[in-house]
Amino acid sequence: MPAIIEVCDLVKHYPKVQAVNGVSFAIEPGICFGLLGPNGAGKTTTIEMMEGIQKPTSGSIFYKQQPLGRQFRNEAGIQFQHTALPDFLTVKDALRLFHSLYPRSADLEQLVDLCNLRELLSRDARKLSGGQRQRLLLGIALVNDPSVLFLDEPTTGLDPQARRNFWELIRATKARNKTIILTTHYMEEAYTLCDEIAIMDHGRVIARGTPNALLQQHFKHVFLRLPRADFSVPLENFPFTVFESDGYVEIQALDVNESIALLLKNNVPLTRLEIRPPSLEDLFLELTGKALRM
Amino acid sequence: MKRFFAVLHARNLEFLRDRSALAWNIILPFFIVLGFAFAFSGGPRDLFKVGVYRGNPSEQSDIAFLKTKYVQFIPVDNLQTAQRKVEHHQLDMLLDVGPPTRYWINTDSPNGYVLEQMLRGSGAETFERNALTGREVRYVDWLAPGIFAMNMMFSCLFGIGYVIVRYRKNGVLKRLKATPLGAFEFLTAQVVSRMSLIALVTTIVYVGCDLLIDFTMHGSYIMLAFTFTLGAVCLISLGLLTAARFASEEFAGGVLNVLTWPMMLLSGVWFSLEGTHPWVQKIAQIFPLTHVVNAARAIMLDGAGFVEVLPQLLVLGVMSAVFLGLAAALFRWE
Repeated sequence: MPAIIEVCDLVKHYPKVQAVNGVSFAIEPGICFGLLGPNGAGKTTTIEMMEGIQKPTSGSIFYKQQPLGRQFRNEAGIQFQHTALPDFLTVKDALRLFHSLYPRSADLEQLVDLCNLRELLSRDARKLSGGQRQRLLLGIALVNDPSVLFLDEPTTGLDPQARRNFWELIRATKARNKTIILTTHYMEEAYTLCDEIAIMDHGRVIARGTPNALLQQHFKHVFLRLPRADFSVPLENFPFTVFESDGYVEIQALDVNESIALLLKNNVPLTRLEIRPPSLEDLFLELTGKALRM
Repeated sequence: MKRFFAVLHARNLEFLRDRSALAWNIILPFFIVLGFAFAFSGGPRDLFKVGVYRGNPSEQSDIAFLKTKYVQFIPVDNLQTAQRKVEHHQLDMLLDVGPPTRYWINTDSPNGYVLEQMLRGSGAETFERNALTGREVRYVDWLAPGIFAMNMMFSCLFGIGYVIVRYRKNGVLKRLKATPLGAFEFLTAQVVSRMSLIALVTTIVYVGCDLLIDFTMHGSYIMLAFTFTLGAVCLISLGLLTAARFASEEFAGGVLNVLTWPMMLLSGVWFSLEGTHPWVQKIAQIFPLTHVVNAARAIMLDGAGFVEVLPQLLVLGVMSAVFLGLAAALFRWE
């Protein structure tokens, strides 16, 4: 299936900063594509070039095999990381304003229900909570019934419940056969929502694929986690790789049964033992050798 | 057109729902006009003003009257204009140093009567006497066109310039840029919205003040509306030019103050520029507000028609084209 968006060797230089340095990828229609990385990795600059907001220093971006143009403007929905609306508009006014700016448009009533905005229609848009505001901005991004939807860190600053509610909205949107391009620095969010991810650091894509394929490619083990107080064995005497942090030890175990048997042999209590699979955060640590910079 | 009307509607809602700004736009000029009407409602001021035609008052040593103390002698170039000022009590007397030597006074003016006695007492019995009549133009009549124009100036410059800079700073422009809305559609909607609101506010203030004060209005209301409309276009264009690039409200506010304060003080809103230093009068000509005020005053006080105010209208038209062209060329969404 031809890509809906293709990015070829994208470069963006600012004075003294090379924000994006030769990024290339193609996105298939109908998937949720995650662009991950810590703050300053270049993901917002990359997504803003893909949205047509910033001009690349060099490289090309194609939407449906054509350079970005009017068709893209009409068919793209965008939710920026930081944005504002004209003052003194109610939720309904704001939706109507943006609804009128596009030649093709979604059914506003359906959109209001999809984004849970019905109770808020007469509310001043400036007086919404963080979660309500993000739902309105998502509604605005969907007013033109877009083929491709850009969401730049849409859940940053939301409490866990609001974040999970927003995930449900994104899933519902994706179910309407939209292509979603999502940036986030929440790895759990990416793992939950994305069909394919690209991890960026220092302006480059350092890994790309489906979350599970990337994890399988880079990890053959699982993690056994125990409180440090329960782990009486000297770390250097343990035959597996062991990390210690925040009062816990984590054992990289290729064979769980063998590891547990060894722990029992050393009289380590297993009451508080946790076994977890590797996460995208572990992958990032593995790839870059450093923790995520938030 | 759908996009244009959507942005226009949103901007109008924003202005009309901002009650404090709306009230300020209406109440401020209303109270300035009423305040000055009250402050200058007493008898005529003590200062005598005499226009001197075909002569320099400081060099005309053969006419003793020109050495009278506490009388301001103002050289005039245009006899007809000066006569109209005598009719409106803006000059208490007009003196032509000749030949032939002659003078004009308004027979309804107490100042004119006193000055005539002083002139005759100084040995000028042979000067030809010419009598004029006409209703006095009160200071508030003279001031009102300036107040309307000044209010318009603040509304245009801050209402357009400041708002666009704020939109740019907080990301509204960036959000709009991501839609099919074009810069021309956006800017046109801002201009039309502001024009409509200025028309509404100016009409309310004019009618309200007129009911209370009964302005002098000798000209055509259509001509006055046309002049104010062109003036608003010019000032809005200047506002757009100011807002073309800046993303700092503080800096834009400073630039707008640098533009508005000299215009407010030197465009002849509060006092006539006649008799001021020539360079002040020259500087005043670069301000659009000067031309709006002069044209509006000519229409309201002298009944001037299109031909009479054409020079001011042409200047405003040229300034509008230059400001708008530069604003369009320099405009950036971000």
